[in-house]
Amino acid sequence: MSDKREIDEITGTETTGHEWDGIKELNTPLPRWWLWTFYACIIWAVGYMIAMPAIPLINSFTPGILGYSSRASVDNDIVRAKEGQVEFFERISATELGEIIKDEELARFARAGGSAAFKLNCSQCHGSGAQGSLGYPNLNDDEWLWGGTVEEIFTTINHGVRYEADFDTRFSEMSAFGADDILTNEEIHSVAQYTAFLGGFEGGEKTTQGEELFLDNCSGCHAETGAGDIYLGAPALNNAIFQYAGSLETITAQIDTPQHGVMPAWSEKLDNVTVKQLAVYVHSLGGGQ
Amino acid sequence: MRNITSTIVVGAGTFIALLLAAFAQDSAFQIHMSIIALSLGIATIILLRRVGFTPAEPVDPTGYMDDPIRVGSILTMFWGIIGFTQGVVIASQLAWPEFMWEPWFSFGRMRPLHTSAVIFAFGGTALITTSMYVVQRTCRARLFGGGLAWFVMWGYQFFILMAATGYLLGITQSREYAEPEWYVDIWLTIVWVAYLVMFMGTLFKRKEPHIYVANWFYLAFIVTIAMLHIVNNLAWPVSFLGSKSYSLFAGVQDALTQWWYGHNAVGFFLTAGFLGMMYYFMPKQAQRPIYSYRLSIIHFWSLIFLYIWAGPHHLLYTALPDWAQTLGMAFSIMLWMPSWGGMINGLMTLSGAWDKMRTDPIIRMMVIAVAFYGMSTFEGPVMAIKAVNGLSHYTDWTIGHVHSGALGWVGMITFGALYYMVPRLWNRQGLYSMRMVNWHFWLATLGIVVYASVMWVSGITQGLMWREYDSQGFLVYSFAESVAAMKPYYILRMIGGLLYLIGGCIMAYNIWMTILGKTRNERPIPGSMPAKIQPAE
Repeated sequence: MSDKREIDEITGTETTGHEWDGIKELNTPLPRWWLWTFYACIIWAVGYMIAMPAIPLINSFTPGILGYSSRASVDNDIVRAKEGQVEFFERISATELGEIIKDEELARFARAGGSAAFKLNCSQCHGSGAQGSLGYPNLNDDEWLWGGTVEEIFTTINHGVRYEADFDTRFSEMSAFGADDILTNEEIHSVAQYTAFLGGFEGGEKTTQGEELFLDNCSGCHAETGAGDIYLGAPALNNAIFQYAGSLETITAQIDTPQHGVMPAWSEKLDNVTVKQLAVYVHSLGGGQ
Repeated sequence: MRNITSTIVVGAGTFIALLLAAFAQDSAFQIHMSIIALSLGIATIILLRRVGFTPAEPVDPTGYMDDPIRVGSILTMFWGIIGFTQGVVIASQLAWPEFMWEPWFSFGRMRPLHTSAVIFAFGGTALITTSMYVVQRTCRARLFGGGLAWFVMWGYQFFILMAATGYLLGITQSREYAEPEWYVDIWLTIVWVAYLVMFMGTLFKRKEPHIYVANWFYLAFIVTIAMLHIVNNLAWPVSFLGSKSYSLFAGVQDALTQWWYGHNAVGFFLTAGFLGMMYYFMPKQAQRPIYSYRLSIIHFWSLIFLYIWAGPHHLLYTALPDWAQTLGMAFSIMLWMPSWGGMINGLMTLSGAWDKMRTDPIIRMMVIAVAFYGMSTFEGPVMAIKAVNGLSHYTDWTIGHVHSGALGWVGMITFGALYYMVPRLWNRQGLYSMRMVNWHFWLATLGIVVYASVMWVSGITQGLMWREYDSQGFLVYSFAESVAAMKPYYILRMIGGLLYLIGGCIMAYNIWMTILGKTRNERPIPGSMPAKIQPAE
């Protein structure tokens, strides 16, 4: 069909003479800028393949004249990052926790490190702001289940809570007063009312039966006033901070069949310096003692 | 004798599906097969009512076979609306996670439903439909294989049905864009081979001496998708009566196979196929010759050759060996100009017809499609540069990139093609309303611009938050903090998608009224000529 070549009036370019369903084609040469950019990209790509590991061989590959390796590059970055921190790491490692929080420079570093480690490891349960959630304690208040000194916090993080793989883990367990038939439903209701009264929740009522049941069954761990006992891991009941939400209903459920949270022993995963930094950070959140 | 064979085939399919349901090894397979048996059963009844024993009217062997194309046009529009609605739903789920009905309509099942609805249902049906239209007209030949075209059209719809119901039941291979399980994959392979035979057969009996460039692209799309689909889905089922299978690949080989597939699904489905569409409908609508025959040859072959290597750029900074990462990046850079060849040929075809940009909203739609094509095929190589990828990977930037391609290029060129084809297929004087096309154009364009720019901002924000270290060398943000920072962008993204969906609904109404043969009483677009369309053969 090359005999049908014609000149397109608008562009002045010759057509190829082909035609399909009325569509013709101009015989315009390749745009120069397009062609040269294409060549430049190819030249760059060839150069890049010479510089970098690129061509697979039978048992290996061409290493490239730069000898780049992403594994070596990451290792290098990690080494350099650690070098920048090694001085503080060594000081934290060698210093008692009580001394760290008194040393302003060291404490600032430890808080920053603790904050980063917290975001990676702790925020999933305790929340990004350490505000906690149902079943996971708030770490900003001054209510501590296992003690709020920096040393106690360190021990809790290091060995975990009810984490059976760690021999030194924090451990406490409340009897299932309903599920194990220690108290009747009516008695549980009564003691729950009394507990709600101690915490100041709606539906709380101070009855003689409730108070007696509390003194007989609960005060051994939670203390007669309901102040709790950090050495036994018994939460205080005489304030509004309740880990499983404060209401007559949730308190009743907790007395009937208590839920017990578990925290892993972070010494299994994190190094001692990081756990120390975490303790300093958590201690600094507002409730540290 | 009409509809006898198809009734028997679909009826037999119903029976087989019932048997598979009865002997199923797992409950998901059982439910899936029951759904399939039910839908095939309904199809059998519909076909049965249309069986006739009078001899079928003889078909004119010189005429074009346009009935499957008419069906395909309506289905394309239907799937478009479904896919865009899905998108708005999952965008809302990301902004408001409570907006989920688990487990069937949880985000994890709805996302593949959305991606498949847009890519395979909307895009795939559009490609099959337009390729049937284009190949006949540029070859001056009726579709090869008689009823084969019907088998391809309905067989493909049956694939979509099986895939979609499977997702909602939780049946998945967990391979992105290749989620359907082994039995659905086998069915698609059968349909695809039939499609290839139909297309090649039509090319062979063409009455034109040369094969038009649109058909090169369509053929490259069909052949390569067949290869990608088969290799990536090589798997062994746990039971031939069960829904679970295991891939033949493992570890990093598996990842590379998947992204060789995933990247070239973009390259050959969403790029090459739709370039075929552009190469026919753009010069037809503009009534201008293609800008450069030589450019079309060079950019076709360079695109085909280079695209297939670029997959590893989806796995930069992973366990993939460094040499493969280098090749992935290098080939992505070389791919820039071959991709732009299509943009140049599309835009420059308008030379001498630039005024139509002002007067013809369909041309405007096609131009914005090509512009977005150019934008995203530039963005792609940029994102494949390792230094950029280190920031952009795993962020919303990628989502934005995909959508400027999908909404901007794939969507807009398909809308243009539908607006061109429908009046001709139904022998109408013109569209029901050109002003509605204009509205559709502006809503869709605004939607894309909102979507893409919001995703750039949120993606770069995410990337920067994840890598933010303080002066003492510690990470600054937790992952959850970066999620919380995304909320306003996710709401804006949903609004962008909603605008696009509204545009799509206007198109559906406009096209439907065109099919019904109505014309809207409206002022003509200033400067435009009264509609003058040659009816289809």
